[in-house]
Amino acid sequence: MTLPVTSDGQGPHLFPRGRFAALVEWWGPRPWSQLAVILVIAALLLWFGLNLAAALQRAGITPGFSFLFRSANFQIGESTLAFQAGDTYLRAIVVGIVNTLKVALAGCVLATLLGVAIGVGGLSANPLLGGLVRVYIEVVRNTPLLLQLFFWIAVARNLPGPRQAPGGMGFYLSNRGIFVPALTSPVGWLMPLAAIAGLVLLAAVARPRLRRGGGLLWPGVVALSALILAIAGAGVDVPQLQGFNIRGGLSLSPEFAALLTALTVKFSASIAEIVRAGILSVAPGQREAARALGLNDWQILRLVVLPQALRVIVPLITSSFLDLAKDSSLAVAIGYPDLVGILNTTANTTGQAIEAVFIMAISFLVLNLSVAALMNRYNQRVALRGEAGR
Amino acid sequence: MTLPAPLRGAFAGPVNIALSLAVLGALALVLPPLFGWAVAHAVWQGDMATCRAAAGACWAFLQAKARFILFAFYPADQIWRPALVVVALLALMVLSALPRLWGAVLLTVWPVVLMSSWGLMAGGGPLPRVSVNDWGGLPVTLLVWTTCMAFAMPAAVLLALARQSRMGGLRSLSVAYIEVMRATPMVAILYFAMLILPMALPGGVVLDKILRATIMTALFFTAYLAEVVRGGLQTIPAGQAEAASALGLGYWRTVQLIVLPQALNKVIPGLVNLAIGFLLATSLLAVIGVFDLLNAAKASTTDPLWMGFYDEAYVFAALIYFLLCFGGSRYSLWLERRLRRN
Repeated sequence: MTLPVTSDGQGPHLFPRGRFAALVEWWGPRPWSQLAVILVIAALLLWFGLNLAAALQRAGITPGFSFLFRSANFQIGESTLAFQAGDTYLRAIVVGIVNTLKVALAGCVLATLLGVAIGVGGLSANPLLGGLVRVYIEVVRNTPLLLQLFFWIAVARNLPGPRQAPGGMGFYLSNRGIFVPALTSPVGWLMPLAAIAGLVLLAAVARPRLRRGGGLLWPGVVALSALILAIAGAGVDVPQLQGFNIRGGLSLSPEFAALLTALTVKFSASIAEIVRAGILSVAPGQREAARALGLNDWQILRLVVLPQALRVIVPLITSSFLDLAKDSSLAVAIGYPDLVGILNTTANTTGQAIEAVFIMAISFLVLNLSVAALMNRYNQRVALRGEAGR
Repeated sequence: MTLPAPLRGAFAGPVNIALSLAVLGALALVLPPLFGWAVAHAVWQGDMATCRAAAGACWAFLQAKARFILFAFYPADQIWRPALVVVALLALMVLSALPRLWGAVLLTVWPVVLMSSWGLMAGGGPLPRVSVNDWGGLPVTLLVWTTCMAFAMPAAVLLALARQSRMGGLRSLSVAYIEVMRATPMVAILYFAMLILPMALPGGVVLDKILRATIMTALFFTAYLAEVVRGGLQTIPAGQAEAASALGLGYWRTVQLIVLPQALNKVIPGLVNLAIGFLLATSLLAVIGVFDLLNAAKASTTDPLWMGFYDEAYVFAALIYFLLCFGGSRYSLWLERRLRRN
């Protein structure tokens, strides 16, 4: 039931047409029923809130975030930032956020690499490869992620000890963790700095405006990074078996390795399906036309197939990344100290459950919105542009 | 060459031959040890000691623990009750999969089956009562899953209608609810059910862990279902509703007779796929200590008589999940083809 508006835009309102009228129009039909529904929901929430407040008072807990600055008397199994018992809860939570981001980022990268390889492999005309890919995808997709995670953590914890650990060329799989070669530099903070500088340069290079004149930029980036690394005296630290333990290199805890493996495997299957759907969405006639124009395979892929396939792939892969970030919270089931795990410990030791769940929800909301915003920007670049968008 | 037609592609050209050889090589590396583990060196009868001595899988473990994985701590002399619940819920799934029955029949069968399943599990009257704490295994997984679906579906339709409507207040509410729920991990929702929901209820009201988890999971699924339903609603041209209102139908009659039947029909495969995802997602109840199928499988490996046979327990649970979900996804493909034909 919209209110009638006369041709000069003046409705028969009590108020002059302005902000209020715009609000009424936005609020739309059935204004009072809407208000009633919203009030009922608000009343229900208020009732829950009052119950909560009473329960908290009985338990002697003061709501609020001051507990963040109290000292936390628990250890964290692994942390990128230094943490010891006695540091504040706030620091513990930041450690959890960093751990979540670490596993989610690594998972997104690895799952994409594996997923693209599997998706492309599944498209090959070879029936053996195609069959293998189908089996992999069906098995991975139709069993729960948590079950796979339990399986991987059982595998990781039952690996042989360091002395019998299988591996070679600097890689060791042992029950103390997975050891891989690490890049080292005498100045610790130079490594992330170099990585960030490299990424910024990469982004600058990838911008079409700069790319036009800059055939030399790519070698330039490589040379510059190499120069920075050389100045810093960077080397590769290869893990080695010494006595009863493996020393050197980068060691990934069994929990981290299991979680990363589970996320990579699970999401590689969904990304493979997305890549497959994306490439199949390009009509075969496009490829044939490109071939008739004399383009070679690489040019067909880069100029014809990928730009169109990406339009299908990017929005879908975005939601895969978001799911991966959310599912990294299963870490709590195997004891990897991610954000959810640490907030759970916090809630249990302080009783501040509401605040803990609130921080949990807000953190993932922010993470989700920022990934979505980033991917939407990228999507705008690959999306079909109408005349207006140029 | 006289290869059967499907294999001919495997050896067409040097690239394909190389790929095929690589695949065959990988299979040759993986399959013999797998066969050795699962069959050749496997122990079919015996106890933990015989299993420890053998190099292969311990299927004797499954013989001993299958009942525990399927039904957890449910009293042994009452096992027929959860077994009957499993059969009833699976039958419900099969019935719901038949397009012929879609409509009023299923709308009455679902609540009846669900309520009698909860009743049968809990007991009462002539049946001895069984505490919810003793429920576990496959019936819990199926019961939570179907109950959540039954509550989430109508709620999702309402949310989707609100999100598509011209009513600004309800639309914003619906958008906020859907987006917040979809951005939150399910684990956080389950922690909410564990830690906060008990305090939010009035003093004296104690809801069991499984019930609380079911309520919150249903609310969580609603947001995802609503988005799929909205996808269906968006495919219905506005002219349909306008024509209906020109014929004198009110809003709810228009929705019920014109919009929903068409919209839902378009997204049934999507709904089936989502339902499969939900079945897998119910395994997260293990995180908060509910003894669903997965948690029962995990717990079975800590029996002192049968310690540490993870692989066997997880293979068994994975097989059950796989059969249900693979069957579901094949069904969804069949349905899609059928809908496209009509």
